[in-house]
Amino acid sequence: MRKPRLAVWKFASCDGCQLSLLDLEDELLAVADALDIAYFVEASRATAPGPYDLSLVEGSITTPHDAERIRAVRRKSRHLVTIGACATAGGIQALRNFADVREFAAAVYARPEYIDSLATSTPIAAHVPVDYELHGCPINKRQLLEVVSAFLAGRRPAVSSESVCMECKRRGNVCVMVAGGAACLGPVTHAGCGALCPACDRGCYGCYGPKETPNAPSLSHWLRGLGMDGRDLRRVYRTFNAGAEAFRQESDRHDG
Amino acid sequence: MLLDGLRDAGYGLIGPMRRDGAIVFDEIDGVADLPRGWTDEQEGGRYRLRERSDGAFFGFAHGPESLKRHLHVPHQELWRAERRDGGLDIVQVAPEAPRRAFIGARACDIHAVAIQDRVLTGGAYADPHYAARRRDVFIVAVNCGEPGGTCFCASMDAGPRATGGFDIALTELMDGGRHDLLLEPGSEAGRALLATLPAREASEADRKAAAAVTDTANRKMGRRLDAARAREMLSRVPEHPRWEEVADRCLSCGNCTQVCPTCFCTTEVDSSDLAVSTASRARQWDSCFTLDFSMLHGGPVRHSTRARYRQWMTHKLATWHEQFGTAGCVGCGRCITWCPVGIDITEETAAMTAREETP
Repeated sequence: MRKPRLAVWKFASCDGCQLSLLDLEDELLAVADALDIAYFVEASRATAPGPYDLSLVEGSITTPHDAERIRAVRRKSRHLVTIGACATAGGIQALRNFADVREFAAAVYARPEYIDSLATSTPIAAHVPVDYELHGCPINKRQLLEVVSAFLAGRRPAVSSESVCMECKRRGNVCVMVAGGAACLGPVTHAGCGALCPACDRGCYGCYGPKETPNAPSLSHWLRGLGMDGRDLRRVYRTFNAGAEAFRQESDRHDG
Repeated sequence: MLLDGLRDAGYGLIGPMRRDGAIVFDEIDGVADLPRGWTDEQEGGRYRLRERSDGAFFGFAHGPESLKRHLHVPHQELWRAERRDGGLDIVQVAPEAPRRAFIGARACDIHAVAIQDRVLTGGAYADPHYAARRRDVFIVAVNCGEPGGTCFCASMDAGPRATGGFDIALTELMDGGRHDLLLEPGSEAGRALLATLPAREASEADRKAAAAVTDTANRKMGRRLDAARAREMLSRVPEHPRWEEVADRCLSCGNCTQVCPTCFCTTEVDSSDLAVSTASRARQWDSCFTLDFSMLHGGPVRHSTRARYRQWMTHKLATWHEQFGTAGCVGCGRCITWCPVGIDITEETAAMTAREETP
């Protein structure tokens, strides 16, 4: 039987999510056994042309060139899975969506006229149909393995969209917000990291974006009681998933 | 001495200990691990430890954890399947049955164990994993002298005095400057262990002092709930406007159900490896507050947070009776304390009863 062909694509991103694939040190040989790694320039200069059975797409769309390129990627991919906060929500670079990107370019570059950039950073799904989205900044390599395994077995990935609190409690962490008064986005954030930060006595930063049915206004109300002001609240929702709808809306409700 | 006796009898010790700003229920080595001289302040969405000057061993209410974590574990692999010679080998995961003594279980938590016994082993389909973990358990109860600010076990007839379900019950006596422990056997195993301890027979005065401890605790309950009225009322108010109001605050994060000592719901998670040669099924704690919980063909049955909160509270206080013969709530108050936004089941019940609207 022919092995399914895998491609890994990069758009506007830091490469951290595709590195998660290489971080699967103990399973990498099994991945290479199960899939024909046809296009993965982070790993090898040897590339093979499409079509591909599974495309993993990292990064957001920030240039006219990339807006075209993602269409080409879609055309030669049977299944397209986006990985990470950039590809699923626009990433940290979606902060430009709240500002004027031309001003940024003028402040940073000596010759801003060479910069051909879109006014916004948008997720892949805003441009082409996406078969599955894996959240996280960066993604959890165990979840990536699960998504790839599920693809190979032809089943639905066991990736829950419940809150980080569910993972936190199963893990036996003491709640950093209730017992420590820390600001924590866990109750509105998509599970997947395994409640990493609360396990290190830090509040959740919301790296995995909004969970299913998030109630950010109620959480914000409580966070105000813990001492956060409007500026704090605006900033706490405007990080890696600033462009995700629930976080964007909630950040807009508070004064900067 | 008691703990040494239990350890000599081969029991692993699970008891209260201080960790990460709370009192958790975990493996302890001995008396030195107990949170002696600490107490907890509990309010809706707020928990803090505070030192107390009297050196009490059990001068706190409880932390986020109960016996549930150890008997109905958060994650349990059920079976594995391996592809072999064109067929499938299915291997059942054998239940574990560790011999363990739980030190300092409160009356509310012992009632919760009895409820989980009924749910998980009482019907036609007993859970072998729970049954195995439950089998060889020795329970040292502590009669509560210091209920938390969110406690209402007295309203649910589940405390503060342990009335059964233990092997030994202990009351910490500190009246008149003394520091004694009054021990009462609750089973043959408890009686046998007590006989090995160098203790004196309790006097009538000791017994009175012990009764006074729980009498005082009874008066110091931080919360109250009219359980009979709640049960009767909840079946009639599916459209009460209060459901919408609480849904505005509820985060549907699931914390209340995870810290609840009686909540038993689980979900099953399947996995397979890259070569599709092995697969396994595990179950883990779930919550009626997740969307997946009520997912049927076509979508979740309880899509709104309103529907999910209503389901949870109605089940706890009303429909649990019809299903299992008791309430599903023991009044431990953990769902109030550990709710990130301090939603209070006693307050919700009172508000609904006060503003009951007939359809």
